[in-house]
Amino acid sequence: MRENLHRFFRAARGVGVHVSPAESIDAMRAVKQVGFSDRAILRDSLLLTLAKSQDEKLALGDCFDLFFSQPEPRQDQPEADSENASQDSDQSPSSEAAGELGESQHPQELGQLAQMLLSQDRNAIAAAIASASGTASLSDIRYSTQRGIFSSRILDAMGLQRLRDELDELTATNPALAERLRAALDALREAVRDTVSQGLALYAREEAENLRNEILRNAPLARIERRQVAEMRALIRQIARRLRERYSKPRKRQRRGHLDVRRTLRRNAAWGGVPFLTAWKRKHRDRPKIVALCDVSGSVAQVSDFFLLLIHSLHEVVDDVRSFAFSSHMIEVSEILEKNSPEEAMAEIMSKVGFGSSDYGSSLVDFEKDFMSALTPQTTVIVLGDARSNNLDPRADILRRISERSKRLVWLNPEGRLAWGFGDSEMPRYATFCSVVRQCATAQQLERAVSDIVATYQ
Amino acid sequence: MAEQKASTSIEAVESGLAAQGYIASRQIATAVYLSQQIEKPILVEGPAGVGKTELAKAIAAWRGMKMIRLQCYEGLDEAKALYEWKYAKQLLYTQILKDKLGEVLGGAQTLHAALDQLHDFGDVFFSKEFVEPRPLLQALEQPGGCVLLIDEIDKSDAEFESLLLEILSDFQVTIPELGTVSAITPPTVILTSNSERDLGDALKRRCLHLHIGFPEQRLEERIVESRVPSISQTLRRQMVGFIHEIRSLDLKKLPSVSETIDWARVLVLLQASELDTDIVKDTLNVLLKYEADIEAARPQVTTFIAKAARSNVFG
Repeated sequence: MRENLHRFFRAARGVGVHVSPAESIDAMRAVKQVGFSDRAILRDSLLLTLAKSQDEKLALGDCFDLFFSQPEPRQDQPEADSENASQDSDQSPSSEAAGELGESQHPQELGQLAQMLLSQDRNAIAAAIASASGTASLSDIRYSTQRGIFSSRILDAMGLQRLRDELDELTATNPALAERLRAALDALREAVRDTVSQGLALYAREEAENLRNEILRNAPLARIERRQVAEMRALIRQIARRLRERYSKPRKRQRRGHLDVRRTLRRNAAWGGVPFLTAWKRKHRDRPKIVALCDVSGSVAQVSDFFLLLIHSLHEVVDDVRSFAFSSHMIEVSEILEKNSPEEAMAEIMSKVGFGSSDYGSSLVDFEKDFMSALTPQTTVIVLGDARSNNLDPRADILRRISERSKRLVWLNPEGRLAWGFGDSEMPRYATFCSVVRQCATAQQLERAVSDIVATYQ
Repeated sequence: MAEQKASTSIEAVESGLAAQGYIASRQIATAVYLSQQIEKPILVEGPAGVGKTELAKAIAAWRGMKMIRLQCYEGLDEAKALYEWKYAKQLLYTQILKDKLGEVLGGAQTLHAALDQLHDFGDVFFSKEFVEPRPLLQALEQPGGCVLLIDEIDKSDAEFESLLLEILSDFQVTIPELGTVSAITPPTVILTSNSERDLGDALKRRCLHLHIGFPEQRLEERIVESRVPSISQTLRRQMVGFIHEIRSLDLKKLPSVSETIDWARVLVLLQASELDTDIVKDTLNVLLKYEADIEAARPQVTTFIAKAARSNVFG
């Protein structure tokens, strides 16, 4: 049963519940108190000790139900024992049903598996599958591609080879029995396949998810397939949440600096200089000011989706962000991003300025005309775009003025460096006025870039 | 055998709490039982008014222990939660020391000896004498144990959580000048949270995590029965059914158990024998705390009453 609990912990990790060794010890202690007999109480106890949030509770509850719906593998008994047990159970209840066929005619010749199949004792078969899954260490399954190999491993452990030989023999001597056996074998294969799928659902979720996320993280944003977009969004949101967690906490802590001796003494003059009340120096900190310019034209449409999502999260991390979106002209979108959920905001922005052909020159003119006052010597300007201006005047002079007015100018380009400067790309010209130019084509690069920007304000 | 004992003692917890008027679900009873057996605090989360704080009170009443409550808020610190030095008393002692300085140092021949003697006095100032225990330290010092309720931990700052960690895992606290104070009898600790902010993993790890949501209909009926015994069975069923319908709406603040109890009291006060549209519309403000919510619920009242009545017939 201990073994079973450990397998359950592994399954719990599979559904994303973090079970540290210390937590598993707590759970074991709790289980020792309540025992295994009452499944409902066992479920409650495991949920209480392992899950740390309501989401985890739901996931863990499902996992528990799935896990304990399987017949318990008899791993604590030696192999021979369980064989005997299944043979016993196969003889007693089914002797009338299968007696006339299998056992009376070929009592010794047929192997244990064949007899079990012919007797159609479901419990014995289920127990045998479970025990064979233990032998084949089904709990090590990680990827769906391993399904076949685990199925055949389990079947081998159950004695498929012998069954096959017997089938060949029977086809010649007793075709009717062979037919029955073959049908039963098909049913068995199906049952094993189900068991393996269940095992995959139990043990492989985490690994599969990690792998998928890892691939997504490094996949070029522009070439994400439609079905992956939702997952990508979830990933970006996860990144945004991480950024928020990382950068919203320390700001609070660092507010208090050294003891302000002069003010402390003055405040406590009434007590003869005994410092009852302390005064602290406040740490000077730059208030983060970010101005984000986001290209939402047709050529970068898919990427800008993610850019906007990230800017949306920037609004949550940093107090003073102003965001602008453009394709042929530029508008301010700060308010849209702040008031709406990411999806609504993105839809609204796209309907207002999105999908046009890009004109960096006239967009920059718009910016200089209306929003130049947004820039101060503390501002970091982030431009997200591919710098492809359809051979129109790039107006790099405006970018120079933007750069001069602000603290830093960061350009994040979804295209690879090789493409810069070819065709209608104005990147080299713009790059001269930027403090930092980075390729930003994957979620990982996006995260690093934004993380660096926010970090400079800590 | 042990298992048998476990399920009976979970029932014992349930009936013990019920005797105090707290109708606990099986999850709650299991949590309370486990927290005693493996000596772990319980972190209770859930919407406001489902009886998180009541649970602590009920446990204290049931086990005949004192309840010490620490209400958390932003800016709560060590001095208010754990202990503080009695500055005024220390100051008074300094004055006395000043007057007696001559006597104290009288015997000392050299400056060095005088300093040594003064040092001994310095230690006196940071002794148990001058410590003012606040709730957390008080809880550790109760000889017969107690129920320590740390209410709305999510309202405190993240730093405060770290302060709690030592108490929660080992039931002890370290005062730098004095050393470690361990609990005489480990207190039963209940922490409550409305999930205003996410709590740290370290804190969560030290606790059993109990989520109290809105109760099932049967359970809620039993709660009303125990709290407002004078209400008739029909009305009780109807009103609880009605509240469950209301909770299916998308409201700013869903009515919770405390509102159910309030409403039951109001209905009894108004001598209602069963729900009808008028009386519900008149008393909707007991259940719903926002004007917008009341507006949203008002058109549904008649349908909900009908639904609640219908489910009565079959349920």
